[in-house]
Amino acid sequence: MDAIILQTFNGLSLGSILLMVSLGLAFAFGLMGVINMAHGEFIMIGAYTAYVFQEAFAHSLGGVEAGVWFVLAIPAAFLVAALLGALMEVTMIRFLYGRPLDTLLATWGAGLVLQQAARSIFGAPNVNVSSPIWLQGGFDFGAQLLLPYKRIFIIVLVAVIIGAVYFYLYRSANGRRLRAVMQNREMASCLGVRSRWVDASTFALGTGLAGVAGVALTQLGSIGPSLGTFYIVDAFMVVVLGGVGRLPGTILAALLIGISNTLLELGTSATVGKVLVLLAIIAFLQWKPSGLAALQTR
Amino acid sequence: MKNQNRTFLALLMRWGPFLIITALFLLAPQFISPFRLSQLGKFLTFAIIAVGLDLIWGYGGMMSLGQGLFFSLGAYGFAMYLKLLASGDKIPDFMFWSGLTELPWFWAPFSNPLFAVVAALVIPSLIAAIVGYFIFRSRVQGVYFSIITQALTLLTSIWFVGQQAYTGGTNGITNLGSAKFFGQSLLSTGVQTGFYLATVICLALVYVLARWVTDSRFGRLLIALRDDEARVRFLGYDPVLIKTLVFTLSAGIAALAGVLFVPQVGIISPANMGVVPSIEMVIWVALGGRGTLIGAIVGALVVNFGRSYFSETYPEIWQYFLGLLFVAVVLLFPAGIVGSLMQGFNWLRIRIQGEPMSDMTEYGTTPYRPITLGHSASNLSAPAAPAATSTSTATSATASATVSSPSSTTATAKGGS
Repeated sequence: MDAIILQTFNGLSLGSILLMVSLGLAFAFGLMGVINMAHGEFIMIGAYTAYVFQEAFAHSLGGVEAGVWFVLAIPAAFLVAALLGALMEVTMIRFLYGRPLDTLLATWGAGLVLQQAARSIFGAPNVNVSSPIWLQGGFDFGAQLLLPYKRIFIIVLVAVIIGAVYFYLYRSANGRRLRAVMQNREMASCLGVRSRWVDASTFALGTGLAGVAGVALTQLGSIGPSLGTFYIVDAFMVVVLGGVGRLPGTILAALLIGISNTLLELGTSATVGKVLVLLAIIAFLQWKPSGLAALQTR
Repeated sequence: MKNQNRTFLALLMRWGPFLIITALFLLAPQFISPFRLSQLGKFLTFAIIAVGLDLIWGYGGMMSLGQGLFFSLGAYGFAMYLKLLASGDKIPDFMFWSGLTELPWFWAPFSNPLFAVVAALVIPSLIAAIVGYFIFRSRVQGVYFSIITQALTLLTSIWFVGQQAYTGGTNGITNLGSAKFFGQSLLSTGVQTGFYLATVICLALVYVLARWVTDSRFGRLLIALRDDEARVRFLGYDPVLIKTLVFTLSAGIAALAGVLFVPQVGIISPANMGVVPSIEMVIWVALGGRGTLIGAIVGALVVNFGRSYFSETYPEIWQYFLGLLFVAVVLLFPAGIVGSLMQGFNWLRIRIQGEPMSDMTEYGTTPYRPITLGHSASNLSAPAAPAATSTSTATSATASATVSSPSSTTATAKGGS
């Protein structure tokens, strides 16, 4: 019984991490048709922002243990990643709208440059970001069952982000403009929406979310310049499985992949579990090329 | 009589450069050191992959990110033959380390060279045929095809890493040095030169095959599919069949490259299989020039020689350079090296002779057209978000590309004569 609860929790946790890394991608890919292969590198940038905050501000802000720096690193990582994302949109992506295969290649190149830049600045070896004291340990339910605070923190963070994204999209003026441009660009432009600005800000929002994901990932292990490459294909599978352009589908897909992955790992081994999940996704996409969201709507 | 001479001349103009270059590569062992020769041989196997990729991507419009997978499957098949040859009566060392006491049944037939080569070519092709059939049948197109092939590559490399006892895990299959051919070690200059010559000949044959395919009716259908799949379907052709065939062919070509790669490099590991090498293969073709075949070869050689030059002198810069190369090729030179040269040549020709290239110089008869989101999006019920405005810009760019090399029309007309 305990093992099942623990595995479900682990699955939920993995699902929330997947959701974290793929939510930003759902913006770039789902709403704008941009295959942002550098998405993983924006996660890496967010992680390194947390590292810089730890090194630079931890002492003046009550020490590493208190974790004020960590809380501040979250919005900072969002800003850094969003600004770099906006820069990338203005210099590169905007020439490539409507050519997804070309965005795939160009952003892959940009990702290589960002990786090498991280290697030049921080060095090739991995670095560690320590945890604030309030993220160490976990809820203890008897002998076998311990739910780590770090994982719960990530689940809560994802829930907060989804709430914020929902609020932004459906309750704010900017979100209304964004939806208008995505539905009918010409008409929105005619009505005075600056569509160029909407494009840039949407893309920046996606990369900013990747930055926040990076901060969360620092709590799960050491970080290095190639951190993002471990997550990029998974993130794409989540978005494609969820249905391109459907945020509810993305959420469902992330949780489904997370839970089935951990449950399959329980039955087999870690690699076989992952292989089976990927195979299942590919098979599912043969049957429903438009993903899970299509199941809901039709 | 005069007419016959002209045809001969045309043939000579068309295939002469090809024959001369092939002969030069065949003579290369006389002039360069064994180290450079093995490097060149390795890069030529990459060029073979690139030709296959150009066939499916440059002509067919399907950007496969699974070429690394087919390449390594071919390589693993032949590597296992070499490994069994090198191990003699014993089982391969990595199997012994993982606790196996006898050779698994599915590797056993790989001790026969003929079976090993045939299986190394057929198995990847078969996988491509099956996967391709299902992908194309459900009308998965454009980037979705790329992402699915990429996921397939990822899962296979994860699986190969996990099956330590059967595939050598992360280390892959290595230590092939004690394999002997005709009493000579695999590493001896004689055997290495033999494999180099085989690589050159295979590259030449693959090039001729690809040229023949693209010049045939089938090739024209392939180009039509790239440019407007729905219309081809409405005309009564079966896109699934055409696409599956060309995907299978390109997988087989990549597997052939893998078979030639292993004896010259001496190792195959999941590092050659994964997502990263597969994307790099795409940039070889893009840099050289999509839809030109010769560009694929040029691109593979340029990128890999560039890498070895930079990483010998300034290793840090190479990564920046490679990254910027991706960006620059897409943004500034979508036609690639060969495509740009041809556009330049054509411009000169129009200036001097007042007419575009005749069908005698047929390279670049199919300028690359970026695929707009419109098609795939409508197919997958995704909101075709920015496509509304950007499709028009993309098509106008395409239009100018077509105008700048009007030879495409002559090439189509050629079919009738």
